[in-house]
Amino acid sequence: MIRNELLICAGGACITSGEKSVKDALIEELNSHSIQEEVQVIETGCMGACDLGPIVVVYPEGTFYQKVTPETARLIVSEHLVKGRVVESLLYTEPETQQKVASGAEIPFYTRQVKRVLRNCGVIDPLSIEEYIARDGYFALATALEMSPEDIIGVVTESGLRGRGGAGFPTGFKWKATRDAKGSPKYVVCNGDEGDPGAFMDRSVLEGDPHSVIEAMTIAGYAVGAQRGYMYVRAEYPLAIERFEWALRKAREYGFLGENILGSGFSFDIEIRIGAGAFVCGEETALLRSIEGKRGTPSVKPPFPAQAGLWNRPTLINNVETYANIPQIITKGAQWFRSVGSPKSPGTKVFALAGNVQNTGLVEVPMGTTLRELVFDIGGGIPGGKKFKAAQTGGPSGGVITADYLDMPIDFDTVKELGTIMGSGGLIILDEDSCMVDVAKFYLGFTVDESCGKCTPCREGTRQMYHTMERICEGKGRDGDIEQLSRLAEVVRDTSLCGLGQSAPNPVLSTLRFYQDEYRAHIYDKKCPSHVCKHLLTYSVSADKCVGCTACARQCPSHAISGEVKKAHVIDQSKCSKCGTCYEVCRFGAIQKE
Amino acid sequence: MKSLEELKRIKEETLKEMDLRQAKERGKIVVAMGTCGIAAGAKDTLLSIIDELDKQGIHDVKVVQSGCMGLCDREPTVEVSMKDQPAVVYGDVDDANARRIIREHVGAGKVVADLVIKRENI
Amino acid sequence: METRMLNVRINGRAYEVPEGITILKAAQEYANIDIPTLCYLEGISEEGACAICVVEVKGAKNLQRACVVKVTDGMEVWTNTARVREARKLNVELLLANHPTDCFTCEKNQICRLRELAAEVGVREVEFPRTRSEWLPFDETSLSLIRDPNKCVLCRRCVNVCAKVQSVYAIDIVGRGSNSMVSTFLDEGLGNVECVNCGQCLLVCPTGAITERSEIPGVWKALGNPDKVVVVETAPAVRVAIGEEFGMPDGTQATGKMVAALRGLGFNQVFDTDFSADLTIMEEGYELIGRLKNGGTLPLITSCSPGWIKFAETFFPNVLDHVSSCKSPQQMFGTVTKTYWAEKMGLDPRNVVVVSIMPCTAKKFEKERPEMKTAFHYWQEKLGLRDDEAFNDVDYVLTTREAAQMIRESGMDFANLPDEEFDRPLGESSGAAVIFGATGGVMEAALRTGYEVLTNRTLEKLEFEDVRGLAGIKSAEVDIDGTILRVAVANGLGNARALMDQVQKGESPYQFIEIMCCPGGCLGGGGQPISDHPDVKQRRAEAIYREDAGKPIRKSHENPEILEIYKEFLGEPNSEKAHHLLHTEYCDRSCD
Repeated sequence: MIRNELLICAGGACITSGEKSVKDALIEELNSHSIQEEVQVIETGCMGACDLGPIVVVYPEGTFYQKVTPETARLIVSEHLVKGRVVESLLYTEPETQQKVASGAEIPFYTRQVKRVLRNCGVIDPLSIEEYIARDGYFALATALEMSPEDIIGVVTESGLRGRGGAGFPTGFKWKATRDAKGSPKYVVCNGDEGDPGAFMDRSVLEGDPHSVIEAMTIAGYAVGAQRGYMYVRAEYPLAIERFEWALRKAREYGFLGENILGSGFSFDIEIRIGAGAFVCGEETALLRSIEGKRGTPSVKPPFPAQAGLWNRPTLINNVETYANIPQIITKGAQWFRSVGSPKSPGTKVFALAGNVQNTGLVEVPMGTTLRELVFDIGGGIPGGKKFKAAQTGGPSGGVITADYLDMPIDFDTVKELGTIMGSGGLIILDEDSCMVDVAKFYLGFTVDESCGKCTPCREGTRQMYHTMERICEGKGRDGDIEQLSRLAEVVRDTSLCGLGQSAPNPVLSTLRFYQDEYRAHIYDKKCPSHVCKHLLTYSVSADKCVGCTACARQCPSHAISGEVKKAHVIDQSKCSKCGTCYEVCRFGAIQKE
Repeated sequence: MKSLEELKRIKEETLKEMDLRQAKERGKIVVAMGTCGIAAGAKDTLLSIIDELDKQGIHDVKVVQSGCMGLCDREPTVEVSMKDQPAVVYGDVDDANARRIIREHVGAGKVVADLVIKRENI
Repeated sequence: METRMLNVRINGRAYEVPEGITILKAAQEYANIDIPTLCYLEGISEEGACAICVVEVKGAKNLQRACVVKVTDGMEVWTNTARVREARKLNVELLLANHPTDCFTCEKNQICRLRELAAEVGVREVEFPRTRSEWLPFDETSLSLIRDPNKCVLCRRCVNVCAKVQSVYAIDIVGRGSNSMVSTFLDEGLGNVECVNCGQCLLVCPTGAITERSEIPGVWKALGNPDKVVVVETAPAVRVAIGEEFGMPDGTQATGKMVAALRGLGFNQVFDTDFSADLTIMEEGYELIGRLKNGGTLPLITSCSPGWIKFAETFFPNVLDHVSSCKSPQQMFGTVTKTYWAEKMGLDPRNVVVVSIMPCTAKKFEKERPEMKTAFHYWQEKLGLRDDEAFNDVDYVLTTREAAQMIRESGMDFANLPDEEFDRPLGESSGAAVIFGATGGVMEAALRTGYEVLTNRTLEKLEFEDVRGLAGIKSAEVDIDGTILRVAVANGLGNARALMDQVQKGESPYQFIEIMCCPGGCLGGGGQPISDHPDVKQRRAEAIYREDAGKPIRKSHENPEILEIYKEFLGEPNSEKAHHLLHTEYCDRSCD
């Protein structure tokens, strides 16, 4: 007789934080109290609050325990399960009121979210197809197989669902184009390459609710007339691959994949293809080339994959999150889907909230949610009492949204006006100590590394831009650099063969637009206002704080510090290599960094 | 998998197993599991309650434990708070009494007066 | 089915163009606008890599690539806006930023497409620095070709030609992003991989990244050595192309001027490879007859193309017994010169230097094949030579381009030289020999002789039209007194592969196959003048057939010098002596 369930978050972040040892400790402790028959331990997909992991939720109470260690895990058993006493020290504390929150459902991080794509993540055991079915899984497939393909496409179109991979292309339109295209056989592909640094929305869906994607791909196959599907996952997601593979096996066992699904006469199956470490293979045509066994370089569009994709056949390719929306659209209808979000961008979006924000993790909110809500209400604000500076969206393809636009509702179209893109959902929060030039340089460096090298503007142009950014951050900026960056950015954006190159200049363009003064400071004053760019820092000793302990002088690798014992020391700027060691070792706060 | 009917059957069965995770809005039953409670057999009371709820097909009521409620000489003690109704604390809740409380109070809505030891002020 | 006509506006003017046409072609053929391109090579390399041919299309967010984007009805294209010009200029600048600046001494500086492009788009300043930190090593492992990856602009034409046209796949793009470069398997170098030395990559390379291994210095040295008798042989395809190097029209028959120029360079004898082409026909014609009569291995496949030979040795080593054992005309010539001719002239073969002028880069490899030292073996005992004193039958191979370069260096005004004649006795040739330079030529030459020998009758019509033309695979049925001889001709190794797959499976319907490594045959060889005229091969072929038609002797077996060499020296075709001197062996290179 099971009287309690312990749900342990087994998303990637929690696993890295030691979820396995927490689970082992729980099971051990349950055994030692002989209640292992009454308490079920279930590992679920990502619960979203990655900063608070490892997370254990006790049902039926719904008590939310955060930052659990193997030691404190034992308390959950011995205190809560055995004696009914909630373990206060493990509860979430509201940062402003310092109040303890027992129920997970009441934590502000969760209360504002609308979990549709993540409906099952953190709730079910991703390895259990029965639990997926219990939450209405595969009912959409059963329903869809009774509809005509045209009607299915009609519902998807009416729902207004737009591609969640970043481009925001109307999904129904794509499905219709693939259905109408001439050629056979047709294919359905899922883009699980998720390359944006810091993005892990798709990973969490694949790890936490793989059946939602399998079901959606099968429905898509039926709608466009394909019998083969390919799930392309990046090799860096071994857990997602493992769970998806298991889910495929289960789906076949239950007859949701294979011949004559649910007696409809429709046959469909899915094969996993693993990437090989190329960000550019997230671009749809490069991805298709990769599946074909060729070099993953983009091809000229048109023709588009809907007309000529895999092996030149009509191919539907959508993102993981886009697919994850499909089953509910079928079971609950287009109007239900449109009931949240904004008119031109209905539905929800999963964001990976990271950076200088209190609550980092995975959040799903209606489109049109403002940045303020995301950063402050859900994100819990900026830690350390710092001020919000900007939010970087869309990864290496996007730009920044400044504090002036905190109340702007975020959807596909509004962010475009600001010179950035929604992207796949990466949302990096930057506080007042961030250097925007450095941020742009970071993303540009990523793009330079990942450029496939085929077309001149991306291969050479981004490299030249990065070269200039490096000079600027090293204090070697010159008059004319901003003009050169703009000139390069224009042509790289205008003539690159694929989205990688076309959007590579965005971080630079966006930061130039809103933070040109920071660029000027780097170039003309040779200073980094945020004190981030190493080469532009000046380290000096505050004579009034220095006690002459000689620690810095002894550690300085450039022998740039001189001074007698118990007398104020001095740093020779001409020798200083700006390594920052003195700043680290001074116990008296006597080193000034500016 | 042949049909929608089979899907529904799997859903029903699995939901029951996932019962504990469902939102239970209609009421909450708290079993005191302090040392005194456990000594008096609160553990068995808890299991009986869960078993009877299942037998009665009642899935929208939560069963949780708490520490000592303070009424140590009447252990095992059980608090029943149904939605929109005042909370009631029962004492000396053994297996038989537990099942009565479930059938009559939780199931039929009638407080089991002879077992009540504390009532919320109206 | 009629092609639908579409309405398009280019730079504000309206045109009607057929459906399916690209913006590039539409502009070129209908609006007289040559949108500049770099990486585009019709039908072979259409990757949109260089971003030079970009144009503005109304309604499109970004600039579009004219070379691959097809015209749609109602499209409005602008090829000349400030935005377009800026994009082209900047992309060229980006290429120039990382390009070596030794243009003054680069051997391709007269025909470099990148240099031409920079002038076309008007680049006057490169504001970008070099970002590549290292200089990449040259690939000098091949006997025929040299690669300088530093000059590569990653247009991918070479990769596509090697893959799609030649089906050799010796090179590909390696690495990613700004570290990507064209290379071979594990960077082993062209000389160590499947590369067949055909030089098709060289012909399409827009910069000086691929060049031939020059043998000019060695030839100058030999010419200046009074102790050496330096003899030159020239391939049939050279004479109809060399004029292009001096501004003469495509397809000029410049045989007489070529002979005059070579004599002007100082060669002691100017002989003609066509002579040994006739010799080849004698040997191979009788080889075919022998196989037909005695149930030998069929189909017989020609063997004068060294690129094709290396291809066969690499990819089809199991069916090498099909390939004729005859050497190529170049090699037969070298052997004959250093044995028959040296003996006749009373010369020590060690003082005879044979230089061949070829439309081919693979011949540089061929002359170094270890088995191509037949003359040495012939003389070894007589002169008491040690093994380490071995010498090649052919000492130097110059491409048509290299020969032209030497002529330029000597200051001769090629186009205005008076015609001169080849020297004798190795300078007489038939029309059948000259057509070797075109695809189908060897076949036709062999048929002219084979037919007459087998039937003992004279051919009424000497021209076998079925095997002429630039189509990739041609086939014909020749009625030889009731027996049907099925023949096929392939040019370009991709097409050769198709025929060889059949042979490999034992399913070939042919008895005699001619295979030429290069598209068009030798006239399209890797050593020929580099031209972007779309019909240059057609013109060269026409010149070759004109040359044939104008010759007094049109069949190999009627060449009096051929009859003489058999009478005096070789005996009969396929005699034992002929076999020792004029035939060769092949090896299995599949695991190299």
